[in-house]
Amino acid sequence: MATEESYPEDLRYHPEHDWARIEGEEATLGITWFAQDSLGDVVFFDPPEVGATIAKDEPYTEVESVKAVSDVIAPLSGEIVAVNERAGTNPELINTDPYGEGWMVRIRLGDPGEADRLLDAAAYRDLVAD
Amino acid sequence: MSGADVNPPATAAVPTPMQRERATTIFERSVPGRRAAAVPPSGVPGGDRPIDELIPAALLRREPARLPEVSEPEIVRHYTRLSRRNFDLDSGIYPLGSCTMKHNPRLNERVAALPGYARLHPAQAPARAQGALELIWSLERALSEVCGLPHVSLQPSAGSHGELAGLLLTRAFHADRGEGEIRTRVLAPDTAHGTNPASVTMAGYEVVKIATDGRGGVDLDDLRAKTDESVACLMLTNPNTLGLFDPNIAEITATVREAGGTLYYDGANLNAIMGHSRPGDMGFDIVHVNLHKSFSQPHGGGGPGAGPIAVSDRIEPFLPVPRVERVEGAGGNGAGATRFDLRDEAEHPRSIGRLRGFQGNFGVFVRAYAYILSLGADGLAEASETAVLNANYLLARMREGRTGRYLPLAFDRRPMHEFVLSGSGAKRELGIKTLDLAKRLLDHGMHPPTVYFPLLVDEALMIEPTETETRESLDGFAAAVEAILAEAEEDPEIARRAPYTTPVRRLDEAGAARNPVIRQALD
Repeated sequence: MATEESYPEDLRYHPEHDWARIEGEEATLGITWFAQDSLGDVVFFDPPEVGATIAKDEPYTEVESVKAVSDVIAPLSGEIVAVNERAGTNPELINTDPYGEGWMVRIRLGDPGEADRLLDAAAYRDLVAD
Repeated sequence: MSGADVNPPATAAVPTPMQRERATTIFERSVPGRRAAAVPPSGVPGGDRPIDELIPAALLRREPARLPEVSEPEIVRHYTRLSRRNFDLDSGIYPLGSCTMKHNPRLNERVAALPGYARLHPAQAPARAQGALELIWSLERALSEVCGLPHVSLQPSAGSHGELAGLLLTRAFHADRGEGEIRTRVLAPDTAHGTNPASVTMAGYEVVKIATDGRGGVDLDDLRAKTDESVACLMLTNPNTLGLFDPNIAEITATVREAGGTLYYDGANLNAIMGHSRPGDMGFDIVHVNLHKSFSQPHGGGGPGAGPIAVSDRIEPFLPVPRVERVEGAGGNGAGATRFDLRDEAEHPRSIGRLRGFQGNFGVFVRAYAYILSLGADGLAEASETAVLNANYLLARMREGRTGRYLPLAFDRRPMHEFVLSGSGAKRELGIKTLDLAKRLLDHGMHPPTVYFPLLVDEALMIEPTETETRESLDGFAAAVEAILAEAEEDPEIARRAPYTTPVRRLDEAGAARNPVIRQALD
């Protein structure tokens, strides 16, 4: 079962229901509690290639749930430096721990200024409340 | 009619006999030496010699085939038992959105079983299969009239196959005009059937999603912004998967046509408009018709179906071969009579070729033609009218009471033959998801509607009752949903753990997808 609804204060959010944990010149990305709850049980996650370049607002991978296959939108641009292979073999981690063990990729930021255009936890909480 | 006969969950801890029984394969029933039939001795002179004297060694099996060895009553029991584990249209309402689960008239079955149709070999020479070819030709003409497009091919064997055919035709059309290289993108609205983007990808095109506007139609600004000389085709369903007829359809098709693209109509929802409006008149070039939906065939579970395509004059040269042609006779008897023949690439050099073996699922053609003739043109129009009336009646019932409160209409416009409710209220206020409601409906002896589609509606329920449900049946469905919501107000756990009375209880769908078991050992 999934965790309780939460949107940690230390993350930045994209309106397409993705989060970014920015640490210096790198960021870890994943999907939010709201996204995994809407998708339902995630059954397939194919981690992208390390070294690939991703662009803000564009899809960088897909997740498949019992309901549908959905694009995962990049909240920030950059180059992938690590992927969560464990979530590839255990896709339920995306449901049970979306901000922890269910992370998707780690990137080297292409344009650190982009982070200013993401939402903070309060603004994202308002967005999903509608 | 529902509610009282629903098994109370207090007894759910006691499995029913069917729940206790593990479904078996026919191989598990096999006992060496058992047979369903005794083969009589050969009457052919010399036929009683050992088989290795009759057939060359190279053509003989080294080991016997692994076939189940079962008596005839055991075979009958096995398949009867399996069929009882299934829910079917002959058991109750089956309101799957965009699947048009209408009653299959038994008259169609009688006609399809006539030996002249049922026992005809597909390799029979055209001269000896004139009746079958005439039926194919006549069905093509009838579908042409329904679609408002002059040319038809019955080759595609499913809606998705028709889509692929339409995209291959689009590719051939652009290549013929020297634009094959530049036209790389296909537009499809975000409400499109999942098969549309899949077919686009399979045909080697890139999918571009068009947004839905606030009224549930194509967002015209988004369409104009994305329409340019790189667009090969627009794929559209109208009415769309929200059950809404797009009032801007003429402008939509004109926009893409002026940019040089072809226009593809997904006929999944044709049951809403037969005899009232025609895709050809709306400006479409290519239409697929699901004979198994709109023209009443037993379907589900993989077929057989048929997805014929109707096309405009500019697409016609590329249609698949062989094509059935009517050759007018000179009059009089014998050689002068009208006949039907098959034409291949020699006569149609720009054809995209064959899409399958032989002529298609012929039994499906016979049933569809019997359906069309038995209803007639007025009857088809009335079928669509009644389908729309039934959907709107059911919607009116479902806007009352708890259903109206917890399951509101997703886009508040008058729908055609189907409508989409949002279960977000039930999820938020009652703590039951659309999936729970769907599972609980099974305990009421009803098949649930389509759930979680279209994707843009949260917790969607997509309901298409069809014209063949009675008012009592529609009332019963509305009452069952209302009863489930009333029950959930008292105890949502009942729906969350449903179903209770089905051959199997709640299945682990996520587990099945994550760790599929797709091989069954023979022993």
